Amino acid sequence: MDGAYLEIRDLVKSYDGKTRALDRVSLSARRGEFVTFLGPSGSGKTTTLMVIAGFEAPDAGLVRVAGQSMAGVPPHKRGIGVVFQNYALFPHRTALQNVMFPLLMRKVPRAQAARKAAEMLDLVGLADFGNRHPRQLSGGQQQRVALARALVFDPTLLLLDEPLGALDKNLREQMQLEIKRIQRALHVTTVFVTHDQSEAMALSDRIVVFEGGRIQQDATPLEIYNRPRTEFVARFVGDSNLLRARITDPGAGIAEVEGLGPSRVLPQQAQVLPNGQGTLLLRPEALAPAEADAPNRLVLAVEEVVHFGDSALLIGRAGGVTLRARIGGRAAQGIGAGAQVPLGWRPDAAHLIGA
Amino acid sequence: MRAVASPATGDAGFAVPAARGTWRPWLLVAPLLAFLAAFFLVPLGQVLVMSVTDPEPGFGHFVAIATDGFFLRVLAQTFATALLVAVLTLLLGFPLAYAMAEAGPRMAALMMVLVTMSFWTSFLVRTYAWMVILGKSGPIAWLSATLLGGAPPELLFTRFSSTLAMVHILIPYMVLSLYAALRRIEPAVLRSAASLGAPPVSVFRHVILPLAAPGVVNGLTLVFVLCLGFYVTPVLIGSPREQMIAGVIGHQVEEFLAFGEASALSVVLLASTMIVLGVYHRRFGLDRLWG
Repeated sequence: MDGAYLEIRDLVKSYDGKTRALDRVSLSARRGEFVTFLGPSGSGKTTTLMVIAGFEAPDAGLVRVAGQSMAGVPPHKRGIGVVFQNYALFPHRTALQNVMFPLLMRKVPRAQAARKAAEMLDLVGLADFGNRHPRQLSGGQQQRVALARALVFDPTLLLLDEPLGALDKNLREQMQLEIKRIQRALHVTTVFVTHDQSEAMALSDRIVVFEGGRIQQDATPLEIYNRPRTEFVARFVGDSNLLRARITDPGAGIAEVEGLGPSRVLPQQAQVLPNGQGTLLLRPEALAPAEADAPNRLVLAVEEVVHFGDSALLIGRAGGVTLRARIGGRAAQGIGAGAQVPLGWRPDAAHLIGA
Repeated sequence: MRAVASPATGDAGFAVPAARGTWRPWLLVAPLLAFLAAFFLVPLGQVLVMSVTDPEPGFGHFVAIATDGFFLRVLAQTFATALLVAVLTLLLGFPLAYAMAEAGPRMAALMMVLVTMSFWTSFLVRTYAWMVILGKSGPIAWLSATLLGGAPPELLFTRFSSTLAMVHILIPYMVLSLYAALRRIEPAVLRSAASLGAPPVSVFRHVILPLAAPGVVNGLTLVFVLCLGFYVTPVLIGSPREQMIAGVIGHQVEEFLAFGEASALSVVLLASTMIVLGVYHRRFGLDRLWG
């Protein structure tokens, strides 16, 4: 693989000899790329991260960073910066001393290390907090110190293991932007592990979706959202309506869809579906208030309305299936339980997943 | 429990009484207090009184202790032994506590059982066990006679034997103190140290040791204080020429019926212990001593 800065090939790892925590995981990242491992707990995303960092040895497979095989290289010789879930700062050292630590381990003279650590604290917005101990810092501030500490020695890779999990929502969004800004400024190749799909969407150049120790899909955030390869990915990323579909006319792009009857789909998608069977993914926002030219129409018997202000989620039934539709907040005004709402969807707003 | 300073007012306007439960907790501890008063405070008071009244009023005993070479030597001996025992338990206990903290759950549980088993066995039994092991017909004497020939070395009734036995008896306190501190270190902190470029030796020196320091101080204090007042072991298997203060106190009472002198020595021992604990308290807070 040319241009791959981080290269992982056929990683296999089993803790008990029976079930595979990692089952032939292969992926790569270009220099400066921001890659997110997304998946539920136990999907293998953190195990893969720990193998890259050198804390877990794979049963088979290889990890290469900048062309160098990492086989047998202990963690302290890998030069990879890791930010752990609960920050893992040294409680007995100040913020500045924490950031100086990797430099002192690399025999950088103390004065120079202090200068460089102070610069890095400045970059993460903590210039005035160098003398505080971790317990005197808020969660978000500790997170920034951990980030500064993992970056100060110019690591070959930056690994982040669910770093924002312990923060509240507002702070999390703020830290997402901060991490992205710093990552861009330093152009450091980054692997970010999370189970939060919106976080993955917001941060990543590329998302690798894990499930059951395997990679389900490896693509850009929009590709993952719009064209998930499996039902699992469709369900895990974003809100979804998944309906069984059977292609009746591949040439014209006609499918018999569960509950919705004969519907127009994209012919190029219908033609590649194995044995003409599959699942139709309709994102809730793909269902819009019906206009005259909408090729597919239905009437939703609304059972529940959830207002978000800018938009609203309608949950109801049509043709015997439950559907979720997301419409504009203004359009949703006056719609209540029991309403019959005409909706429509365009073939290019839907996606067919092979069974 | 820390009291809430301001009387909180609920939504419905109920004022929580500021003085809530000021006397009720005392009611709960009253039986214990009564017991302690009858069987501990009163006798302790008697000892204090006796130290300045028996056989005649005055501070004569304390003057004697401060000027008599024998008593000063015993005091110095006691402190030196307690310090030596504390340091030895630390040196021997740290690797064990570290191994326990690093071991898997099953292995750690097994090691914990072994440590606490010795903890639960009466120290009298353990002292006698050392008498058998170190005695003239014990395994060590036999081994030395068979391998080297000649008379076996004098092991029993020496400073060596009493120190060895006290280290053995007190080491669980040290191991448990250290273990508690080591277990509190987050594994992720050690991993992050490694990922930041610290080889194992540096992780130990710069992260594990400083974070284990509270356990080290706790263990040293506990063992030192417990060792200061040790009676049975040094009396039974220690050197008669190098006694510790508790043994001398017992001797004074049993042999000479010198209750006043023994009381004064007891007061000195008590005061020494209080000073050590007082210093600990000012520096760390006494409520942390037992982990």
